[in-house]
Amino acid sequence: MYAQQVDTGAKRLKNLEEMSPEERHFQEKVDAEVRIEPKNWMPEGYRKTLIRQISQHAHSEIVGMLPEGNWLTRAPTLKRKLQLMAKIQDEAGHGLYLYSAMETLGADRDEEIEKLHRGEVKFSSIFTYPTLTWADMGAIGWLVDGAAIVNQVPLQRCSYGPYARAMIRVCKEESFHQRQGYEILLTMMREGTDEQKAMVQDAINRFWWPSLMMFGPSDANSPNSAQSMAWKIKRHGNDELRQRFLDQTVPQLEFLGCTAPDPDLKWNEETGHYDFGEIDWQEFFDVLKGHSPCGIERIQQRKSAIDEGRWVRDAAVAYARKQEQKAKSAA
Amino acid sequence: MTNAFSDTRNALAEYLLRLADTDMVLAQRLCEWCGNAPALEEEVAMMNVGLDLLGQARNWYDYAAELLDDGRDADHLAFRRNEREYRNLLIAEQPRGDYAVTTAKQFLFDVWHHLVLSRLTESGDERIAAVAAKALKEATYHRRRSTEWMLRLGQGTEESYRRLSDAVQNLWRFTYELTDTDALEDRLAEAGIGAGNVGDAWRTEVARVFSEAGLEQPEPARHFYMDGKNGKHTEHLGFLLAEMQYLQRAYPDAIW
Repeated sequence: MYAQQVDTGAKRLKNLEEMSPEERHFQEKVDAEVRIEPKNWMPEGYRKTLIRQISQHAHSEIVGMLPEGNWLTRAPTLKRKLQLMAKIQDEAGHGLYLYSAMETLGADRDEEIEKLHRGEVKFSSIFTYPTLTWADMGAIGWLVDGAAIVNQVPLQRCSYGPYARAMIRVCKEESFHQRQGYEILLTMMREGTDEQKAMVQDAINRFWWPSLMMFGPSDANSPNSAQSMAWKIKRHGNDELRQRFLDQTVPQLEFLGCTAPDPDLKWNEETGHYDFGEIDWQEFFDVLKGHSPCGIERIQQRKSAIDEGRWVRDAAVAYARKQEQKAKSAA
Repeated sequence: MTNAFSDTRNALAEYLLRLADTDMVLAQRLCEWCGNAPALEEEVAMMNVGLDLLGQARNWYDYAAELLDDGRDADHLAFRRNEREYRNLLIAEQPRGDYAVTTAKQFLFDVWHHLVLSRLTESGDERIAAVAAKALKEATYHRRRSTEWMLRLGQGTEESYRRLSDAVQNLWRFTYELTDTDALEDRLAEAGIGAGNVGDAWRTEVARVFSEAGLEQPEPARHFYMDGKNGKHTEHLGFLLAEMQYLQRAYPDAIW
């Protein structure tokens, strides 16, 4: 998931009787699947939760450009270079309209970005992993965008209108990215040399578990999840989404002719799902705490882009102001 | 096949490689901005320009590969030729520098590119005319965008003015390639195929924008040993190609 462990500020859920009349009216709208729009009244907790979730989602799109950017100048063919540029451009676009959706809630893009750079808010754990070979571009498209889609499809029905609508466009583009990623791997497996095939398997070995971690730990007993579900920001539990992702991914893995780095992965006739091994949650929590392969580098790069670009933005503002004055004095 | 025909064919392929390599190298420099742009909007815009240029490069390479007809395809031409075989304009290969350098570089190129593509839409070679017609729409936007940034940086703050002036001063020496043509270009222009010399129109337009941006008008640049169109490059190109061509060089027969 691009937004992990979002704090709702809730210790437990309120029932309708405990709510103020405004809150009750709001909850009834949500329950009736009526979209909440920016000018509608909303509980402060709902607003804050959405700001946290959408900003984390937007930051992840932007930071997520970096592991792919690492291979952009080394893409192997004209076609692959064009595809990767277009994908990264889409991600910057996703970031932009997610920040816009967030701003409808009264948050400020620049402030939220500064919080990211100060380490006060997170981006998705997956983007702290390094991209070591070209096959990683395929693995990210297939697994990471694949996991993101499983998470974001339900968000198209999120109770908050601007976020839900942003998700519709994002999902469409990410499905396209996922197919492209898979096609990168399939080409290498079908037409590639032994070295290339080994590259694919290595990329899958490295990205398999981190992709499953994207959904976050089990949230069965989490008050944050219960609150997000009551507000219909979230529609499914983390484990349910993880299982959905796994069930759709394993047949694709077999079709590639590759394996997962999980000896416990097998089809379960009884449940109709794949069983899988224990996830190393210690790694996940370490990554969230900043003890991660490239977390420091990712933030440093984002921060230096914004810091070094300050004079450019200042120039644009100064120019716009001068143009305004000119227009005024001409009038 | 007569010798004259084969000569024209080779000359045309050479001309197309100049266009393709210039687009390719500029797109590569724009890729270097990924994740480093001064604002998110500029990430999108620069990638957009890069995509346009790379798409154009592919079209020119495809045609060049057909004319050369020696078994090399577009990817081979882009990723397997070395720096002495590359035909791009020198200005394209200059390091991306800060945003002022990239702005000045794109602007000086965009004015030239727009003029060249305009003429190529009238080319007697239908394939060239068709590619140019599509590319011209993109180049029109590129020129408008980089012109706007020239004005913003030129008239923005003291710092942006200083950085832009420095960038122009550094890049200006390579602009003789935009105003001069060599025998091959003249010959193709006479045959009604190439764009020929756009130097006068380029100087006029650049002077107009420089004056609006408050920039000093430098003396015309003079040829000085380097000759990108004939494979005599600055030292920067070798490193750019080493990075760009890494996978094709390391795994020459691999399919990606």
